[in-house]
Amino acid sequence: MNKKTYEQLKENLYSEQLDNGLSVFLLPKPEMSKTYGIFSTDYGSIDNTFVPIGQTEPITVPDGIAHFLEHKLFEKEDRDVFQDFTKRGASANAFTSFTKTAYLFSSTSNIEENVQTLLDFVQDPYFSEQSVEKEKGIIGQEITMYDDQPDWRSFFGTIQSMYQHHPVQIDIAGTIKSIDKITKDDLYTCYNTFYHPSNMTFFVAGNFDPEKMMQLIKANQQAKSFAPKEEIKRTFPEEPDQVAKKKHVINMPVSVSKCLIGIKEKMDHSDHQSFIKKELLIDMLLDHFFSRSGEYYQELYENDLIDNSFSFETNMEKNFGFSIIGGNTQKPDELADKLTSILINLKEATIDIEDFKRIKRKKIGQLLRSLNSLEFISSQFIHYHLLGIDLFEILPVIESLTVEDANEFIKHWIDEERIAVCQIVPS
Amino acid sequence: MQLVNEEKVSTNGFNLHVIQTKKYKTINVVVKFKAPLNRDTITQRALIPYVLQQGTKNNPSARSLRQKLDELYGAVLSIDSAKKGEDHIITVRMEVANEVYLSSNEQILENAVNVLNEIIFHPKSDGKAFDQKIINREKQTLLQKIDSIVDDKMSYANMRLIDEMCKDEAYNLHVHGYKEDLANVNEENLYEYYQSMLVEDELDIYILGDLEGKDVPQLITKNFSREVRTSKQQKSKGNVEVEKVNEITEQQDVQQGKLHLGFRTNIRFGDPEYNALQVFNGIFGGFPSSKLFMNVREKHSLAYYAASRFESHKGLLFVFSGIAPTDYQKAKEIIIEQMDAMRNGAFSDEQVDETKNMVINQLKETMDHPQGLVEVLYHQVLANQSFSPDKMIEEISHVSRDDLLKVGEKIQLDTVYFLTSKGGDADE
Repeated sequence: MNKKTYEQLKENLYSEQLDNGLSVFLLPKPEMSKTYGIFSTDYGSIDNTFVPIGQTEPITVPDGIAHFLEHKLFEKEDRDVFQDFTKRGASANAFTSFTKTAYLFSSTSNIEENVQTLLDFVQDPYFSEQSVEKEKGIIGQEITMYDDQPDWRSFFGTIQSMYQHHPVQIDIAGTIKSIDKITKDDLYTCYNTFYHPSNMTFFVAGNFDPEKMMQLIKANQQAKSFAPKEEIKRTFPEEPDQVAKKKHVINMPVSVSKCLIGIKEKMDHSDHQSFIKKELLIDMLLDHFFSRSGEYYQELYENDLIDNSFSFETNMEKNFGFSIIGGNTQKPDELADKLTSILINLKEATIDIEDFKRIKRKKIGQLLRSLNSLEFISSQFIHYHLLGIDLFEILPVIESLTVEDANEFIKHWIDEERIAVCQIVPS
Repeated sequence: MQLVNEEKVSTNGFNLHVIQTKKYKTINVVVKFKAPLNRDTITQRALIPYVLQQGTKNNPSARSLRQKLDELYGAVLSIDSAKKGEDHIITVRMEVANEVYLSSNEQILENAVNVLNEIIFHPKSDGKAFDQKIINREKQTLLQKIDSIVDDKMSYANMRLIDEMCKDEAYNLHVHGYKEDLANVNEENLYEYYQSMLVEDELDIYILGDLEGKDVPQLITKNFSREVRTSKQQKSKGNVEVEKVNEITEQQDVQQGKLHLGFRTNIRFGDPEYNALQVFNGIFGGFPSSKLFMNVREKHSLAYYAASRFESHKGLLFVFSGIAPTDYQKAKEIIIEQMDAMRNGAFSDEQVDETKNMVINQLKETMDHPQGLVEVLYHQVLANQSFSPDKMIEEISHVSRDDLLKVGEKIQLDTVYFLTSKGGDADE
């Protein structure tokens, strides 16, 4: 077991890659009441075309299947695994994102039993035709719920206007039509391909003894047999630089319109280090221009183009990345024009050194604040780990960034062809 | 070991709560103003959180104020208002990085508390009125907020349920205020109201984090001081008895129906049955193991979510669920059956024990979050009761089957509210 100490953050991280390929990370936090465990596979909604394990030809599976599988993994022949956690006063949950499926629990007692249950239920699938059919009603209502949410519709609409072919444009939960096609055999195919321990990460943070915990996880894994590790062949279509459509308008029964602008980020980083620098710079630049202390926020606000729902986010992954800016507005067209023109002209902008210092400090404070949360630490650690980056080493990376880095980056950041607009307007 | 170490002192016209803990890498300062819910003041109170973020005497624009906060390693300021029972609470929160984790020796906490003092006691004004331009713009923002509630169907349905259920009670007041009242708010009357609020509201200040080596009481009292005028207390209406179940259906252009039910528990924080109510709610609809989840979702596949929660200071319990418009009767019957089953004691001793553990677990987890911890502790102020989390956990662990049956006897269904699609026949 390796131990790594982060002096400035006062954290100790223990890790080991087991014989079956599973990566295990343990972060003891003795001052916390609770322990949070997460078991994550490198498999999300975008992994829809792949060569199934043991076969030679790629297949494309129905939209929404990774999320469907996530729901069904909790159900066993004789019981629902939720109840196993409940019996011990623990709570369990799961989520599916573009790139990951994760199962988790949190609990303040019976930690070791809960860790065993988490490992065991994820590694012991039971799918039947009957239970697959039953789930279609539940997930159907989940999809309908999202269909009524303007925030979700505008977020996804923006992604769909940015991407022409990349499966990030497919709704994570699929559609009522696409999930109807899912069979138990499809679920087994996806499971067998993507849930091999070598494609998975197990992270526990909280109140426990790391030596004992590692032993328990090892013993649990050694008692099970797995197929030999095989490389997973995933296929992604070629995605052009330019957006799919410049403007996408969704009519919905809303009382307040929305306008979001998507920036399809360049995927031109050469290594892990340049990836993280780029992600941090994008985030800091968006902050510099569009946060409440930013250059444009007040002007947009005073001109009644935005309200305090205005926000921005960046989502950078291995083979796609985008930023989204916007919120509620009374003037969706005017806001779209204004933001587009600001973004296109950023090439000419320069950041001064005092401003950059301030954003850096803000970013450092933000990171420390997020490290209060075991949920954040666990899921972000795994996210960055799969990208080859150590979450706890981001602090020195932020400290190392210079105003020259920012000013060099901004010159090549945004091209007009990479900008898309999505609006929600009253029907 | 004690779960939380809360030291409370009354000083300078407010209650100071100091919580020393090494759980967090930040320090939180939370200021809470409390006054009775009242139609005459709620719209002004709803506007105040917006106005206070727009500038102070020394940082006269929203941007300069935000830049000041950014310099303090991204100190996070948030101000909002909420309804708790029949009181209205304005909360001002400031969270700063603990200097211990930074490669600098700046007095971040002290500077942040200074800024907090400025925001609360010296907002941008001429001593008689707020800035007119700010007020006009923030009225617009609040108006848009009020307008957009209907776009979030879950919140909207919840608000409408309370409208219908609590027609003659202060609790029905909308936390964001009223459009028609907003028209009468101006920079002068708002300023005047704010000045009275500063001296009349009940004021509690929480500070939590690793405070070792810091003279917290001195730091806070240096920045916070007021002359208190007698504050108003909410006159509790007491219990409301249900005469007849009220059933309301509303149609909108939606795809999913929102079925919300309102029950009266007449049990509040501090009441002897309160801890049993927490367990009762857990078995009924509080967790994925609950009757609502297992029956509405797992057994009948009618919904993605079906859950319940209780209001701690008003004595209400709400059920909420998203269903297909055509499943109204079926879902309603199943939900009411689950409540009947609860009343009839259709749960095992094992379920009771498991749920007690879940409730305790949830409470402890909430206290691992700095904001969650403050909310847990503030219940005592709201109920005017001294009742520590340790004591609560102890009492929850002693809840018996009989206690749950007594809770069941008190709970009455009051209102069924259904938001459904246009043309969707609720009686199908």
